[in-house]
Amino acid sequence: MITTTGLTKVYQSRGRDISALDGVDLHVREGEVFGVIGRSGAGKSSLIRCVNLLERPTSGSVVVDGTDLTALAGRGHRAGRELRRARSRIGMVFQHFNLLSSRTVQDNVELPLEILGMSGAERSRRSLELLDLVGLADRARAYPAQLSGGQKQRVGIARALAGDPRVLLSDEATSALDPETTRSVLRLLRDLNRELGLTVLLITHEMDVVKTVCDSAALMHRGRIVESGTVSELLATPGSELARELFPVTGDASGPDRTVLDVTFHGDAATRPVISQLSRTYNIDISILGAAMDTVGGRQIGRMRIELPGDYEANVVPVGFLREQGLQVDVVDDDAPAAAPPRSDGTPGAALVKETVK
Amino acid sequence: MTWSQMQPLLAQGTLDTLYMVLWSTVATVICGLPLGILLVLTDKGGLLQNTPVNKAVGAVVNIGRSLPFIILLIALIPFTTAVVGTFIGPTAMIVPLAVGATPFFARLVQTAVREVDHGLVEAVQSMGGSIPTIIRKVLLPQALPSIVAAVTTTVIVLVGYSAMAGAVGGEGLGSKAVTYGFQRFETEFMLVTVVILIALVTAVQLIGDGVVRLLARRGRTD
Repeated sequence: MITTTGLTKVYQSRGRDISALDGVDLHVREGEVFGVIGRSGAGKSSLIRCVNLLERPTSGSVVVDGTDLTALAGRGHRAGRELRRARSRIGMVFQHFNLLSSRTVQDNVELPLEILGMSGAERSRRSLELLDLVGLADRARAYPAQLSGGQKQRVGIARALAGDPRVLLSDEATSALDPETTRSVLRLLRDLNRELGLTVLLITHEMDVVKTVCDSAALMHRGRIVESGTVSELLATPGSELARELFPVTGDASGPDRTVLDVTFHGDAATRPVISQLSRTYNIDISILGAAMDTVGGRQIGRMRIELPGDYEANVVPVGFLREQGLQVDVVDDDAPAAAPPRSDGTPGAALVKETVK
Repeated sequence: MTWSQMQPLLAQGTLDTLYMVLWSTVATVICGLPLGILLVLTDKGGLLQNTPVNKAVGAVVNIGRSLPFIILLIALIPFTTAVVGTFIGPTAMIVPLAVGATPFFARLVQTAVREVDHGLVEAVQSMGGSIPTIIRKVLLPQALPSIVAAVTTTVIVLVGYSAMAGAVGGEGLGSKAVTYGFQRFETEFMLVTVVILIALVTAVQLIGDGVVRLLARRGRTD
């Protein structure tokens, strides 16, 4: 649904070139919720702005719903008619909502419809329908300043849906909201994704957002995508930083002469009671040091850190058993307990630091 | 000079002043508003970024603002004569008044429009809005309270300018004050014109503030 190829964006600042995007290839499938996560300055914002060409990429192409937007862009700073037309089919929601304070809630939702040239009666019918969809039909005549943050973002979402888009871009839509409100807004996005078949591309610095709503995720670092895939693909990737961040497990060995294993559950193995089978088959006591599990599509996926008595040599057979069951098993080295080994490109292991809300 | 003698003079003077201020305000807004918006759009990072145009308009505005009004008034006599046919009388005075106030007003508009959150512009761009749409639906409505405040300030400046114009062939309270109050040593007359001017300015300010408050209330919680 959204494909970017070799996207680069270079800014000029005081005569120096600053590269915000350095060859980004992104593929978002139709009907999925795709999350791009990364620290501030990683290029997420530039990426999402390049998707609807609010920012013009320096090179590379952006194809949304079969239309090559970069080809429509034309030359010069201004957006031509065709690009504007294409943009009206891509909804966008913003971190700071960007509602017009001089207009009522309903008039804010009508704005994109005015741009589309819809008649007055039709606009008001459609805008009330949209407000109903986001659960704010009773606040149609209020002004944005009279709403809470979560309500403002719902108005923002209603407005973004006005042009019947097939794609919704979300630029840190929940970053200015408290955790409770964040959950309700994410639930709304998820419902819209399911009910309207809306493809959602969201950028965030919060791992929880990815965990709550995303089917797929990509990790951005210094203008590049360093990891990308569906949540279970990421889990299946040995050494995946995203998987580790999505399903963090911690816990140190309770004493010497213990073997600590990280077991990753995905695919069929996740549906069987493997741990108790292991315990019964080899008659060993297993301690669970930490676990992060989730149910996605009726299947359990996630990671678990367990401890077996005896050193690694004594546990070769049980480890083999787990691998035979189709589980991914990593032996945790005592010297490097929770943190992962540093990546070759210099990304620190615990890469995703929570940003404070701007 | 008795009050009954003063009355018709003051009434005529006030009417002339109101006439000059009203029409020069209209002309100033018509010319200054687009100039102010142009200054924002052509600025660095603006929607129509164009440094040469921005610099040129900026220079014209600065020159207009730095000329003392009394000099502008005299310098514009040929231009005024060409436009109105004469350079004397209240109608002729509208020309230099508008020319003098336009650069001032344009700067105020520029400041007001520049304050509009760029995120709103981006939001409308993301909906497929064109630049005229952005001006009409975002920049002007969002900046409206500040623009009204700018108009208020400009009207007050024009009241002052119009009094000055009285010295150079204009009509209105200023001219009456010079002719009767100054040249004929009628101190009471002078005082009364000053009081009327103060009342005018106060009334304009109060009305302007009221409108701004009314417009700004939309954005606040109740």
